[in-house]
Amino acid sequence: MNIRQILDTIKKPFAKGEKFEKFAPAVNAFDTFLFVPNHTTKHGAHIRDAVDLKRTMITVIIALLPALIYGIYNTGFQYLSQLDSDFTTLEAILHGSYKIVPMIAVSYIVGLTIEFAFAIFRGHEVNEGYLVTGLLIPMIMPVDIPLWMVGLSVAFAVLIGKEAFGGTGMNILNPALTARAFAFFAYPTYMSGNKVWVSEASNIDGVSGETILGMLAAGETNIPFDVPQMFYGAIPGSIAETSTLMVLIGAAVLIYTGVGSWRIMLGSVIGAAATGFLFNLWGANELMSFNWFNHLIVGGFAFGVVFMATDPVSAAQTTKGKWIYGILVGLFCILIRVFNPAYPEGVMLAILLMNVFAPTIDHYVIEANIKKRLSRKTNLNVA
Amino acid sequence: MSNDIRIKNGLTINLKGAPENIVKKAPFPKSVSLNPYDFHSITPKMLVKVGDKVKRGDAVFFSKNNPEIKFCSPVSGKILDIARGAKRRILEIVINCDAKQQAVKHKISDFSNFSGDEIKENMLKSGCWPFLKQRPYDIIANPNDVPKAIFVSALNTAPISADLEIILNEQKEEFKTGISLLKKLTNGDLNICLEKNHNSFINNIEGVKVHHINDLHPAGNVGVQIHHIDPVNSGERVWVVGAEDVALIGKFFITGEYNPTRTIAVSGPPVKYPQYYKTIAGSSLSEIIQDAGIDSSEDLRYINGDVLTGRSVEKDNYLGFYNNTFSVLREGNQYRMFGWIPFVNNSVPSKYKTSFSWLFPKKKYDLDTNLNGEERAFVVTGEMEEVFPMDIFPMQLLKECMAGNIEKMENLGIYEVAPEDFALIDYSSSSKIEAQKIIREGLDLMISEVG
Repeated sequence: MNIRQILDTIKKPFAKGEKFEKFAPAVNAFDTFLFVPNHTTKHGAHIRDAVDLKRTMITVIIALLPALIYGIYNTGFQYLSQLDSDFTTLEAILHGSYKIVPMIAVSYIVGLTIEFAFAIFRGHEVNEGYLVTGLLIPMIMPVDIPLWMVGLSVAFAVLIGKEAFGGTGMNILNPALTARAFAFFAYPTYMSGNKVWVSEASNIDGVSGETILGMLAAGETNIPFDVPQMFYGAIPGSIAETSTLMVLIGAAVLIYTGVGSWRIMLGSVIGAAATGFLFNLWGANELMSFNWFNHLIVGGFAFGVVFMATDPVSAAQTTKGKWIYGILVGLFCILIRVFNPAYPEGVMLAILLMNVFAPTIDHYVIEANIKKRLSRKTNLNVA
Repeated sequence: MSNDIRIKNGLTINLKGAPENIVKKAPFPKSVSLNPYDFHSITPKMLVKVGDKVKRGDAVFFSKNNPEIKFCSPVSGKILDIARGAKRRILEIVINCDAKQQAVKHKISDFSNFSGDEIKENMLKSGCWPFLKQRPYDIIANPNDVPKAIFVSALNTAPISADLEIILNEQKEEFKTGISLLKKLTNGDLNICLEKNHNSFINNIEGVKVHHINDLHPAGNVGVQIHHIDPVNSGERVWVVGAEDVALIGKFFITGEYNPTRTIAVSGPPVKYPQYYKTIAGSSLSEIIQDAGIDSSEDLRYINGDVLTGRSVEKDNYLGFYNNTFSVLREGNQYRMFGWIPFVNNSVPSKYKTSFSWLFPKKKYDLDTNLNGEERAFVVTGEMEEVFPMDIFPMQLLKECMAGNIEKMENLGIYEVAPEDFALIDYSSSSKIEAQKIIREGLDLMISEVG
């Protein structure tokens, strides 16, 4: 018996009209991971592109891997280097994995359980979107956040952020950022301050856990990191956000395969660079005079713009809208960083804010198209 | 007069089995069919019964809503069967062909001086009227309308579809005659679209507007051409005529006989001899399938039309009324292990660069009918616009069609589109959205609510 036949035997009780019909989506989700189903075209075009949502989502995960692997290494590196002891790369990775792998596991277990339950309850197939969300959530958390908080944030994000709106494709806010925002406002002591950004910083006195943006917001002028460090990411921060280099590799994958919107990414960079440059000219506080280019490579800006702002469901959907949305994400990110001392990092709130406004942006873009169509008719009548 | 149009959004799908430039005469069919499916939104009223004898050009049924629109027999023979479905809806009329063919002869003299009304009258009574289709809605034209323009697309851009130049080259005079007559049916322009840089006799036809367009699919779709030349506004009517249908209209006026011959490109990866056949609209398929070297014992999909927009039929069925392409594909009802992982199964090309197909832009593929995934909610945005060369928001229009929101559909440009314009969206959608079906249902809603 080959695997296919075994699967078909397993699936028998879940077929239409059989005893466990209701649970078919759960079994199908596993089956379709092993095999592309034998479904043929019924309506419309008789041939179809090789791409489906599974492939799209896996492409995003591939794009995330460099940042994740570097994040795991950097977690160990930040911790061990502050302990002043000799350590190998392997030790750094092991320490990082020890911290991060459980977070990923919790995120997937909690999130997928809810997704499967809703799929069975609503009688639709399990959507693949959570594969990306579930990986993103641990990647944007501080490393020392307790696992139960990860689980709770995930549950909040999937239930309130996604399923309450009708499930995949209907949500207004990016689910991963919803999870982070939930944790951020519910457990601020675990999500901000100068003790959370390096592994064990709150337990061991010798370890300081402050981000560059946090230092700047506190008015410090001596930043102990240079520009190359900021760029390749050997700095404290949320797990996978620190390395602009790794994020750029991910961005290249997304743009190259056509899965991520380069318009949003480029728009955000333009928006942030321009805003940062203007504040450089003003220079009223440390964050304002922080070089505009450095603004782009520290904190979560690069990660947020490449992987979160481009979420096609919560971003603007029209081409013009994507440019406007992107530019505004960049603008608000720097604005929040510079003007709000309570939130030295602005990218999460900037993206969530623009998620809310994305439908409005699209509305005006589409209205313009409608007006054009109507005026075409009136012009004709006048002529 | 010549104008250039250039579209940028579209997609070329390279398939194996493109038809070769050989035009063969198909054996005379044993039977032919008239299928109301081809005449969307027409409710047939029968004029004949099973067993009746008809001559070529005798009316078989007419439209319930427009009784002057008649549908005539393409051959002389005996009505073999009138297949009916639920609520006695007529599914198909099959006519057994006589050995000796006879035709109804219409008296037509000096048609070059005919007025528009005389042309209309002759087309209606002869059975030529169904060649005229209208936009919006993509249905047969209403004889009471005066269209603001008439469009003829003289290029096909769909994958492995018939090359209209080959088809028209054999009937130049008929085509020119048809154009000179159709011109009188509109107060506006008669527009013909040609492939860019093509030297065709059509360039020299006088009194019409000839446009040139690049050959990126869907440039051959007449809807795309209308959108770029003279878009349809609400309340307006534009008529469109297939290129060979123009020649058939011309032939009728020249000979006085209704004779719907068809040049069919038989194409597709499983076809051994992909080539053109001269036959009759609605002919039985079996003779052609055999002659083209298609192994009908294989599990194949037979399609009346091109692989993107055609209608699936069985091998013992019949050709359609309008299609110039008959495509054959292998059924893709097999599982593919881990086929969803990027760069696995590179024999299936992808518009996204998640298959190595982009490395070989010239390679031709043997695509089957596998859906390559499962239907999902709308997630990825912007992908539809990339294959949709109109100033219309396709995803928003689809969503409003699904919601049945008539005002929004109207505002977003439902009058300018036909299902075929959404075929590439069907093809490339990562959520496997059935866009053509949604648009057809949206158009049907508009017909019943707005008219």
